[in-house]
Amino acid sequence: MSAGIDLENVCCDFGTFRAVDNANVSIKPGEFFSFLGPSGCGKTTILRMVSGFIEPTEGAIKIGGKDVKGTRPNQRPTALIFQNLALFPLMPIWENISFGLEVRGVDKATRRARAEELLKLVDLPGAADKMVSQLSGGQKQRVAIARALAVEPSVMLLDEPLSALDLKLRQHMRAELRAIQKRTGVTFIYITHDQGEALAMSDRVGVMSQGRIQQIAAPRDIYDNPVNGFVASFVGENNIFEGDVGAVSGGMAGMTGAHGSFRAKVSPEAQGKALKLYVRPEHTVLSKTKAAENSVEMEVTEVAFEGAFISVHGVAAGGKRLSAEVKNDGVTVVPGVGEKVFASFDAARALLLPDANVRG
Amino acid sequence: MQDLLRRYGTGLTTIFCLMVAFWILVLIVLPNFSMLFESFFPYLPVSELDGPKDVFTLQNYEKVLANPIETNWFGIPITIPIHVSTFVDTVFFSALVTFMTLVLAYPLAYFLAKVASPKSIPTLLLLLFIPMWVSEALRAFAWYIILTFNGPLNALLKGLGLIDQGIRWQNGIFTSYDAIVIVLTYCYVLFMLFPIYTAITSLDTNQIEAAEDLGSPWWRTHWRVIIPHAKPGIASGCVMVFMLSAGSLLVPTVVGSTKANWFPQTIYTWFNDALDWNTGAAYSMIFLLVCIMFVILAMRVFKVKLSDIAK
Amino acid sequence: MIRNRAFLGQLYFTLFILYLLVPLVVMAGAAFNDSKLPTVAPWKGFTWRWFGELWADEVMWGAFLNSILVALAVVALAVPIGTAAAIVLNSISGKVRATLYGFMVAPVLAPGLVIGISTVLFWNQLGHTFGADEFFFFGRGLHLATLGQVSYIAAYVMLLVLARLQSFDPGLEEAALDLGANHGQVLRRILLPHLYPAIAASAAIAFFQSIENFNVTLFTKANDTTLTVYVFSQVRAGITPKINALAFLLILLTLILALVYEMNRQRKAKIEAAREAEARRAEEAMLL
Repeated sequence: MSAGIDLENVCCDFGTFRAVDNANVSIKPGEFFSFLGPSGCGKTTILRMVSGFIEPTEGAIKIGGKDVKGTRPNQRPTALIFQNLALFPLMPIWENISFGLEVRGVDKATRRARAEELLKLVDLPGAADKMVSQLSGGQKQRVAIARALAVEPSVMLLDEPLSALDLKLRQHMRAELRAIQKRTGVTFIYITHDQGEALAMSDRVGVMSQGRIQQIAAPRDIYDNPVNGFVASFVGENNIFEGDVGAVSGGMAGMTGAHGSFRAKVSPEAQGKALKLYVRPEHTVLSKTKAAENSVEMEVTEVAFEGAFISVHGVAAGGKRLSAEVKNDGVTVVPGVGEKVFASFDAARALLLPDANVRG
Repeated sequence: MQDLLRRYGTGLTTIFCLMVAFWILVLIVLPNFSMLFESFFPYLPVSELDGPKDVFTLQNYEKVLANPIETNWFGIPITIPIHVSTFVDTVFFSALVTFMTLVLAYPLAYFLAKVASPKSIPTLLLLLFIPMWVSEALRAFAWYIILTFNGPLNALLKGLGLIDQGIRWQNGIFTSYDAIVIVLTYCYVLFMLFPIYTAITSLDTNQIEAAEDLGSPWWRTHWRVIIPHAKPGIASGCVMVFMLSAGSLLVPTVVGSTKANWFPQTIYTWFNDALDWNTGAAYSMIFLLVCIMFVILAMRVFKVKLSDIAK
Repeated sequence: MIRNRAFLGQLYFTLFILYLLVPLVVMAGAAFNDSKLPTVAPWKGFTWRWFGELWADEVMWGAFLNSILVALAVVALAVPIGTAAAIVLNSISGKVRATLYGFMVAPVLAPGLVIGISTVLFWNQLGHTFGADEFFFFGRGLHLATLGQVSYIAAYVMLLVLARLQSFDPGLEEAALDLGANHGQVLRRILLPHLYPAIAASAAIAFFQSIENFNVTLFTKANDTTLTVYVFSQVRAGITPKINALAFLLILLTLILALVYEMNRQRKAKIEAAREAEARRAEEAMLL
């Protein structure tokens, strides 16, 4: 029932603007796959190409192994959930849900029964005869999902469907979406610019920038082993150092710059490119004394209480801004503003990465 | 076009385009070409159609300049062709009607848009709409009754002791066009009201309050803030009222005096009484040209687009 | 100061409504005056006889029927044309759109008599070109009145539907296509239902505009007449108060329609408000 999707060398041009550049990805049947990136990175274009509203300029899109070139949206085994949901305001809920069946000529009693069934699946029993304007944001969300499921698609395409919801509801719906996906086993392709959403829900994430897929990996890999500076920055905070990279040995390399000498991991692919050092604030430790390696002195400028942790910001030599996260465990000593401390990190936690993979 | 095909498919797009083409070509463009064409050919009996006399000519247009009469404009005696005189009077008094409807409608539009409580608006608008739904013929007729010599207006004024003898309203007090101006104003004032009302509604009330807060007196707030914002609506109202007034055949015929000629009446005489369709077409062309010029003038003066006027 | 302004406004509004209504009341009142001339002063006693004369007037009934037929024909033509035009305009942009728009609204601004004359001349010439001068369709008659009226009434329909289209989310069409609907189904189930309020309103406006039309009809008609032209000819030919009786009935009809419309509007507003309140409660319940 669920199908895999293959994008093979897919490009899409709007006039002279290349919205998607040579995208290659193989999404497995039943996978929850997210495209993550800032607005204008081409993720929505990919979604619209898969659903059939746009044809790729080059390359092939295969759904369940079959090239869908020239197949119109209403003939593809995909169902799209729109950013604004696009529920039909003039139809009651059950007609909304069974619209896909209606246009396929299914009789009314069957449609009604199917709609009730799907409403139960999305945990909205008894809403069949309400109108769209009677539902809350979260309820509308579920109706949109039920409507898409009604046509028994092999692939569900979701275009930032949670972006219009309140923070609390959004977090609730994340778990809900994930549960529905597991229950139905349908392939989900999810588009978002919210890294928290993508990392929390997906089996795999494709991070995009300027039309190119930067990295495809499981959420944890994306966060811990980003392939370049863009991915590292988009999915989280970093302290970044610049300098001259020395010789590589055993997957590690040295770097010497304005703030001293460092040692960090470097991947085989990154070798030979212009590199910067990235380390996450939660892997940055503060101490009164200088550590054995990878240590920079800074003056604390701001201490922000975030609840579970405390964010400490400071300035190192030359105005370099650094930050560290200190666990709010009652044991760790939190420095005060104006204090001079050393920010240090483990070489195994730091990465030497090139900039984003872009054209020209 | 791409968008249209993508949204509605080939079949529906073709049907839509055919309907639009029928409207624009068969109902609008070709008839006007036809009128332009006919206006340059002489009026001939059927037997002479397509004959040697059926040739291009300007004689239909020259008829406008025939029959000079002596008249006076604001006390200055002049001699001009009778149809030119009618034409100038029509344009002048239509402009007067436009001005009067503007003066009457603007305060009401402002009241409805910014002063009246929003909840009562639909009901108030409906109250105003009711008279507009009554046909123009009947509204003109109502005034015919009021203005007749033995009618209720004279009876009322005599009853109040304001006049001793009835006034012949239809002949006019100031000019012979008085009755026409009064009734046209009555008939078309709502065409001025609604566009201005719509325009003022779209003005953010905070702007008015900001102006007042800055110490602007009420008249300056209107002059500098509200009227500039309402300009497209005013332009729209002016064009509508002018066109309807200048093009009215019903009102001048029903309430006008014999001395007050309205240009559409002249055209009707050529077309229907003289059965000279060609001259009728020529006069109609002249009239149409002036109307187009008026619309362009209004667009220039108010600095608005056509889409602002026709709403 | 504020209260003062509101009071002045209300006063002016009241005077304005009186100004609009008094002539109509005078006219309607004259229908009941037992006087040979249509007037309210002097009052010569109450009578129903003008309604009786109106009822017996066959010309009036003929004109009335013609008006209805022409209006129905105008609605049948102008509503589809205007709706199609609005849909087309809504999907295109730039110079082509501006030009088309200009052509479409021009007849609204053009004087009715120009529309009437040009329509008659065009069809007449067309008949002459085909050598069929005698064929009825090319001569004057109510069919040409219908076409002439459609040329400008379609523009009202177009403007109303276009305004309604602005509030339409094209995403709904895509959603329907994505769910497997074909273009015909999208039009019938998604777009047209959204446009129905505007289409219904424009059909009503087209109907009444047609009934009211005088200028176009006067120039295009042959012997058959419509109600408005009939009233005009009666007024010109020296009138009896049976026209007032007709006016009274028409005003009464207008009032009833207005009342029905207003009640319907208030009922709908209430339902919509209740629905929104329910959605708000559901939202709050979820957050708790």
